[in-house]
Amino acid sequence: MNEVATSAHFKENAHEALTDARLQGALGFSRNFVGRRAAAVARLPEFDALRDSARAIKDHTLAHLDLYLEAYERKVRESGGEVHYAQDAEEARQIVIDLCRSMGAMSVTKGKSMISEEIGLNHALEAAGIEAVETDLGEYIIQLRGETPSHIIAPAIHLTAKDVEQEFRKAHRDLPPDRSLAEPEQLLSEARQVLRAKFLAADVGITGANFLIAETGTSIIVTNEGNGDLTQILPQAHIVIASIEKVVPTLEDAAQLLRVLARSATGQDASVYTTLSTGPRRPHDPDGPRAYHVVLLDNGRSAMLGGEFEDMLRCIRCGACMNHCPVYQAVGGHAYGWVYPGPMGAVLTPSLIGVAEGGQLPNASTFCGRCEEVCPVRIPLPNMMRHWREREFERRLSPAPLRYGLGFWAFFASRPALYRLGADLAARAMRLAGRGKGRFSWLPFAGGWTRYRDLAAPEGATFQSQWRARSGAVR
Amino acid sequence: MNATAASEGPTRTSQPRVGLFVTCLVDIIRPSVGFAAVKLLEDAGCKVIVPSQTCCGQPAYNSGDRATAKTLALQAIEAFEDCDYVVAPSGSCGGMLVKHYPDLFAGEPDLAERAERFAEKSHELVSFLVDVLGVQKVAARYDGTVAYHDSCAGLRELGVKTQPRRLLAGVEGLTLVELDQAETCCGFGGLFAAKYGELSNAIVARKADDIRGAKADTVLAGDLGCLLNMVGKLQREGSAVKARHVAEILAGMADGPAIGESQKGPRQ
Repeated sequence: MNEVATSAHFKENAHEALTDARLQGALGFSRNFVGRRAAAVARLPEFDALRDSARAIKDHTLAHLDLYLEAYERKVRESGGEVHYAQDAEEARQIVIDLCRSMGAMSVTKGKSMISEEIGLNHALEAAGIEAVETDLGEYIIQLRGETPSHIIAPAIHLTAKDVEQEFRKAHRDLPPDRSLAEPEQLLSEARQVLRAKFLAADVGITGANFLIAETGTSIIVTNEGNGDLTQILPQAHIVIASIEKVVPTLEDAAQLLRVLARSATGQDASVYTTLSTGPRRPHDPDGPRAYHVVLLDNGRSAMLGGEFEDMLRCIRCGACMNHCPVYQAVGGHAYGWVYPGPMGAVLTPSLIGVAEGGQLPNASTFCGRCEEVCPVRIPLPNMMRHWREREFERRLSPAPLRYGLGFWAFFASRPALYRLGADLAARAMRLAGRGKGRFSWLPFAGGWTRYRDLAAPEGATFQSQWRARSGAVR
Repeated sequence: MNATAASEGPTRTSQPRVGLFVTCLVDIIRPSVGFAAVKLLEDAGCKVIVPSQTCCGQPAYNSGDRATAKTLALQAIEAFEDCDYVVAPSGSCGGMLVKHYPDLFAGEPDLAERAERFAEKSHELVSFLVDVLGVQKVAARYDGTVAYHDSCAGLRELGVKTQPRRLLAGVEGLTLVELDQAETCCGFGGLFAAKYGELSNAIVARKADDIRGAKADTVLAGDLGCLLNMVGKLQREGSAVKARHVAEILAGMADGPAIGESQKGPRQ
């Protein structure tokens, strides 16, 4: 089973988020990404051209995904590693657990990986008696809190430094209680200190991958903390877990994608660490793992190929869409109720867990289009959300009041003479009901609006009726 | 005071026949925006006609009801068949005509071609005045400080950004100030505002803060939907900031009550 989803309760989740003062205070930080990305883009005149080539690279790869996966697998084998295909989350978890058991692993360190979240790996490892320690600072913090990430690149963005301090005092009981943790640097250094011991003790290191290179069998991760390097170099084995669409043909292709990735994500020209790993330690290597495994997860992605949601497989997980989304900015990531939040999550979630479960997400959008405007691989996110609404409507999953309301309205809207008459009567009646005040502070059937806002009353007769009266008299 | 548009665009031998796509919201709630659009178009030398019309179909399209959207799209395409241009005082409805009608009929060659031709002659009002008719300046007056909100569809689907600002810059007595987040959605989103009222409210609350922070006395936009949302929030919060459609200002027709204001006469 995948991680339990509460996406169907998006509205309730959003309500909780909007009424959580602590969360609302913390969410302000995500808006900083907007200015940083804009500044990074302004520094690189060819950025838009790079987006076109990034899109072309991904489209080309998706069109020949089977070939590039085979080529990648061959190269991994040649370099001494092993590739394991997992159809779904269950299979992926089992492969990882079997690998850990076969190596007698008791303790695992982990680099940040959304695929790990998608397959619920930490719970599975713990259930199998294997300690799993997240080493990305944000992931480490939310692991302590028993939470899931609220953002795909900044997993603890829903928390403040104060929250983290409290968490550390609770978790690190063997450290002096009177130590100061007021400064972010102090938090960072404490996490370093605690994690250092975990790095040294780990039997297996598990990382995700930003890209898999078909021509060399290399996996690439980008991080800002260097934790990924320690995770994959120190233990005796390195397991990479990645979804199938992460493969790209060449190193040159990956280099192009890296140029748009960090700029779109955090506004950095490049992430602090870009780490390439190819196979296990070779005889003359001074360090590195003795075993190298890649678990390639499908989990519904191959079914998206060739369909109307294929474009979504271009996504390189930069998070720009959520950083720029008015809905994400208002409620944060947890409200989306599954692994992937924001506009990319609103398109991907119904693909991976079904429209019945995830259908709320593509509905909860104003279609403002800013996500598409900033997407480094130009995914038409609003259009794809609309496609989900169409699938929902076809299957009569849309709420009944919406379907009947639309039907009623469509009856008039497709009969212009009747519509003009009805609209004119309604407008005149509403003007009278407004009693010259010009607006309503309450209206029946419009509670979703008038609970929060006034609604302007019609001026009187409709434009069309005034125009006709005028044309009849004058023209 | 009367406004006259000085067109410096290419001189035309015959008057272009412009069909006004008035939009449901303007038709029902604020007809004066429609009359302002007519005045701007006529001053720029157009012959304005208003074919019998209903809705562009966007509420159905965005609710996943493609069949109804297509019915209404065809109805609009037919109604405006004999117009040289179709002009809407809205970037959202304009975007529907220009960008989404062709998408609706993709895969149905004959209809797709009709939708394409319709899309090519369709425009949002202010960009039509500036980009197609070459209007550089309108001779209107408005004494006040205004902030212009970039409605999402107009901005991102149709590239409406500089045109309204250029024309506003020529309005006598008007001071234009920029919002800190002019390109951020106001949270309207059509049916979204009613379906997700609480969320929509959270988004528009931030927009209202931005508007108050800009110290403008009037907020303008090219879409009545966004304006109803923004001013509805401002009024609920007791703010005195007024809201008007940009066409009202450009046409010099901002003497009547602003959106949602008492209709017994201008306040104060």
